[in-house]
Amino acid sequence: MKEMTTEARIENIPAVTAFIDEQLEALDCGMKAQMQIDMAIDELFNNIASYAYAPGTGSATVRFDFDEAARVAAITFVDSGVPYNPLEKADPDVSLSAEEREIGGLGIFLVKKTMDAIEYERRDGFNVLTIKKTI
Amino acid sequence: MTINKIKDGSTLTLALEGRLDTTTAPELEKEVRTGLDGVQQLIMDFAKLDYISSAGLRVLLSAQKLMSKQGGMKVIHVNEMVSEVFEVTGFADILDIE
Repeated sequence: MKEMTTEARIENIPAVTAFIDEQLEALDCGMKAQMQIDMAIDELFNNIASYAYAPGTGSATVRFDFDEAARVAAITFVDSGVPYNPLEKADPDVSLSAEEREIGGLGIFLVKKTMDAIEYERRDGFNVLTIKKTI
Repeated sequence: MTINKIKDGSTLTLALEGRLDTTTAPELEKEVRTGLDGVQQLIMDFAKLDYISSAGLRVLLSAQKLMSKQGGMKVIHVNEMVSEVFEVTGFADILDIE
């Protein structure tokens, strides 16, 4: 298990991505799976940076675990901001035309569609969100 | 991300290289807001684009809306990861993808 803690700010997304990429590359992760995981980090860390502590700031921890036998990577995002379960958000209507489109909610929907699993838990005052992907 | 611009008459090609996500989407948004005067055909070349997140989709949608009023927009050379994002979000139906 490896983890990093940083201030939950949008500017820190590249550092989080670099930290996870380093783990994935050491495990010979396929390029497509890595890009999908990077996208998920962009969506989820952006959510934390934008909403968890607004209008203030706070920190977030990103943890990397790997199940060698199953080759499943698990990335967990932990923040102590306002309780927020993104899985409760309704899926967007993806059949609407360009003019009718609202872009909100697409990020978490994409994460759900591209990861093998996504789990949320409110634990001891923390939001704990885990994504899992076979690599 | 880097954006390479190629102007040929009223056709503008924006060739993106790298990642189109929360931190880089504002660069493309700026191009879309300020660089499309007189452009009738906008081509987004994704040959060297590694991935796209919803922040990138948001900018593509506003570019599409703008260009549908003054001509058209095409997205070319889309890789597998980006293509899948377009499919699951319904953007495959909104955009002209070649």
